[in-house]
Amino acid sequence: MIEHWIIAPVALPAIIAPLIGFVMRHDITVARAFSVAGNILLVAIAAGLVGLAGNGDVYVYRLGDWPAPFGIVLVLDRLSATMVLLTTVLALIVLMHAIASGWDKRGRHFHALWQFQLMGICGAFLTGDAFNLFVFFEVLLIASYGLMVHSGGRVRMQAGLQYLVMNLAGSTLFLIALGTLYATTGTLNIADLSLKVQQMNPDDAALLRVAAVLLLLVFAIKAAIVPVHFWLPATYANAPAPVAALFAIMTKVGAYAIIRIHTIVFGPGTPATEGLISSVLFPAALITIAVGAIGVLGARRLMSLLAYSVIGSMGTLMLAISVFEPHAMTAALYYIIHSTFAAAALFIIADLVVSRRGNDILRPQPKTLQNGLFAALFFGGAIAMAGMPPLSGFLGKLLILDALRGPWMAAAWIAVLVGSLITILGFARAGSTLFWKCEQVTPEEGTEPIDSTPPPPEASFIEWAPAGLAILALAALTIFAGPAVRYAEGGATELFNPASYIGAVLDPEAKTKVFGKDKKDDSHAKPAKDHGEDH
Amino acid sequence: MEALVASAIGVLTACGVYLILRLRVFAAILGISLLSYAVNVFLFSTGRLATGAAPILDKYAENPVYTDPLPQALVLTAIVISFGMTAVLVMFTLGAYLEAGHDRIDMDEVEPDIDDPITEGIALDMSAEPAEDRT
Repeated sequence: MIEHWIIAPVALPAIIAPLIGFVMRHDITVARAFSVAGNILLVAIAAGLVGLAGNGDVYVYRLGDWPAPFGIVLVLDRLSATMVLLTTVLALIVLMHAIASGWDKRGRHFHALWQFQLMGICGAFLTGDAFNLFVFFEVLLIASYGLMVHSGGRVRMQAGLQYLVMNLAGSTLFLIALGTLYATTGTLNIADLSLKVQQMNPDDAALLRVAAVLLLLVFAIKAAIVPVHFWLPATYANAPAPVAALFAIMTKVGAYAIIRIHTIVFGPGTPATEGLISSVLFPAALITIAVGAIGVLGARRLMSLLAYSVIGSMGTLMLAISVFEPHAMTAALYYIIHSTFAAAALFIIADLVVSRRGNDILRPQPKTLQNGLFAALFFGGAIAMAGMPPLSGFLGKLLILDALRGPWMAAAWIAVLVGSLITILGFARAGSTLFWKCEQVTPEEGTEPIDSTPPPPEASFIEWAPAGLAILALAALTIFAGPAVRYAEGGATELFNPASYIGAVLDPEAKTKVFGKDKKDDSHAKPAKDHGEDH
Repeated sequence: MEALVASAIGVLTACGVYLILRLRVFAAILGISLLSYAVNVFLFSTGRLATGAAPILDKYAENPVYTDPLPQALVLTAIVISFGMTAVLVMFTLGAYLEAGHDRIDMDEVEPDIDDPITEGIALDMSAEPAEDRT
């Protein structure tokens, strides 16, 4: 019975979204209430799933009760549970901001698209089937196209069109990769793929290596890794701010897919693809850090500065992932949680500031109301993103540096440390321009772009609370770094010992049999709960 | 047969990529469509090419050839998705064309002119008309 909760993060938004879209389309208050209620429910379900997966069990939900290589499965382990919880908590914080700032009524169907977006992201995290991953990617992408151009405008429509064409080309590439994978292995179930790939003779595996690299490229587009990162700055800088904040999780979907596919299917020790992925991903991650840092330093707009800082953080994350080693993966999982909240916090704060300044150009301008409050929030977000103590960015980068000892140490340490320094410089420059130099500007110039409209009122507590909440989440992640890292360590251990994952998915008896009693399985194996109501 | 299918996929892909790189919206729509045709034929061929065979394994047949049914299911899903995505793309194209007045995909100005305080190229649409008035 308990396995049925695994599909709840997909099913619940799938029910709520059309209800909001069709029934509540004319009443924003009801739509807001339903959207928030659904999101709170999702957080509760996700927290339950994290608890469920916490003791190292792998739970499998078989759609239509078809046995694994033939039917689609959803798999819950520590990694997917963490990602679902991260998504739902982030979405709740950002949704509160979208409602408080009124972004959700500047266009149609914000809440319906929001729920579809959550459905796609949660599904992508939970699925155990590569083609199903493609389908959930499309679900989250089609919702993100709508959210990206929410409230319209010339620049935003153009940026949205670029984002759309880029991702359509990426989806095509994804299908080609999946086709190649199916042609060589005859399966698309991730656990089954893992078994088939392990058995493959390296001499016959040329096509398989093509498929592995194509998949890497597709996920790198999502994760904005050099050289396929060009879509991100224009998209994030021109998306509505709450959407940009939610998109903080979208790059992590790409990172998650790389972690899932390229450790379980093409993991270390696979004869056919030994060392191939690292040799491609590691240099790309180094350059990504450099591009992000230089972009932060060179940005002339606040939103593009934040977009480049996201690219830099994805580079740091990919550096940890690219060595495919349990300690580095633990650090990477911790850093995923951190960088998601840090990016979202910064985009929310930027929205508060930009909506009061009237533009996001980095130049001195008369100061807004509550300048000190915004400066403090921006400072908190910036030190988190740059990786300064005391927030979790410092711990995350420390963990990554600590894990990256080895032949790659010199390059990795230089990239992370120099990249962090340049990011700090960029943020310090932007912050002092926005919040300090405004003290010297007299407001009587009369050339402000917003002088036709009255200045926006002070931000009420409810308006700046989501930003504070995101910073608080980072502080909590710092304080509870011990439990978080232990949980991440468990997730990383599962990734590099995929026997329990494969066993739980592929054993046709799994739903009626306790794994521990099965002789051929190890102690990690899943004690699948009986659910006798089937049949 | 194999050569025909392979070259068809190759030509479709090449034309699709070329048309997308033209950076004009109409060309890009055609390019994306051609790419999705190419990928559909490619997916179809991943189950190996068998002519005149049913997607059912018949153990009573004298010559048990069958065609893999799974790629056909995958192609069907891919067709539905690419059909929907093409519709979205056309709507986006129309929206961007009406807003911008030209049909190029590249953005005409990402970086704002620092000296010009008019709201050109800003991230947030704080200009005159709020969006809800236009819907």
